[in-house]
Amino acid sequence: MNLKSALVLASLIAGAAHAQVTVTDPWIRATVPQQKATGFFVQLRSATDSKLVAASSPITPVVEVHEMAMQDNVMKMRQIPAVELPAGKTVELKPGGYHVMLMDLKEQVKAGDTVPVTLVFEGKDGKRQSMEVKAPVRPLGTNGDKPAADAHKH
Amino acid sequence: MLLTTAFAAAFGLSACDKATDLPKFKGTDLTGSNYGRGFKLLDPAGQTRTLDDFKGKVVMLFFGFTQCPDVCPTALVRAAAVKQQLGAKGDQLQVIFITVDPERDTPEVLKAYTAAFDPTFLGLYSDLLTTAATAKEFKAFYAKVPTGSSYTMDHSSFTYVFDKQGHLRIALRHQQPDADFLSDARALIEQN
Repeated sequence: MNLKSALVLASLIAGAAHAQVTVTDPWIRATVPQQKATGFFVQLRSATDSKLVAASSPITPVVEVHEMAMQDNVMKMRQIPAVELPAGKTVELKPGGYHVMLMDLKEQVKAGDTVPVTLVFEGKDGKRQSMEVKAPVRPLGTNGDKPAADAHKH
Repeated sequence: MLLTTAFAAAFGLSACDKATDLPKFKGTDLTGSNYGRGFKLLDPAGQTRTLDDFKGKVVMLFFGFTQCPDVCPTALVRAAAVKQQLGAKGDQLQVIFITVDPERDTPEVLKAYTAAFDPTFLGLYSDLLTTAATAKEFKAFYAKVPTGSSYTMDHSSFTYVFDKQGHLRIALRHQQPDADFLSDARALIEQN
């Protein structure tokens, strides 16, 4: 098989694969009454090259994907169009990096509740796939560690 | 036997009263700097608070806003852990959170927010002009940045630590390990 055929074949195989994304340890930080925004964090691993392009939730219409960057000790948070998910790599949305912002909240998000968040992924072929995730709400004063006994850190 | 003891006594180092015993800080030593001299802000009850109110305690202070999902909760969680780890000496630590976003961080929100981390933590605010002047006094940066249909705040992420006499002594960077914060708080608490 020559190179050209091999490439065509490879792209066909890649295109046929749906973006298969494994979602681990989703959680949302609780809010105090009248607080208008909070963050959703999760670990994502995609079987193929894809990206997280959008998110939504029934608790608010305003949901954005953000990146936090520290520049000269100044914290900067910016909305980003996508989070790259290279094939087979675990990408963490966690304090200090990426997160999904849930903004313009109308109600308090309480620790112990579960909030549905729909994540939208886009594969290399441009095809989009949605996944609904049930995110438990952890107390505001949490450092992000899983409350269960099996918290193993990488 | 007596002679040996006398020798030991004569040359024994007494760690207590060394005049030159300056504590080593993990954060940047700001001793003697001419900024961060104080503040005059409002607490959630509407009372004016200044740095002088906290003389006798070590004050740990940072700027932030409650819509911050990341740096601010992390800093407050860390401060709560420091207080806890100090045990009984934790009573000599006062943690203060100054909002750079008074438009959204109303007194009610501030009060509930800091209390979620520790009941002794204090949220302070003021009008936009005073907030700007306060940040300037600390050489702290912040800016309102639009995002989607709302806005976020860029802000300096230093923790400023004052000694019991109300002098600014240390600035810790957000990325420094938790142990550094405990170490520096303890150093200033144990200083006379």
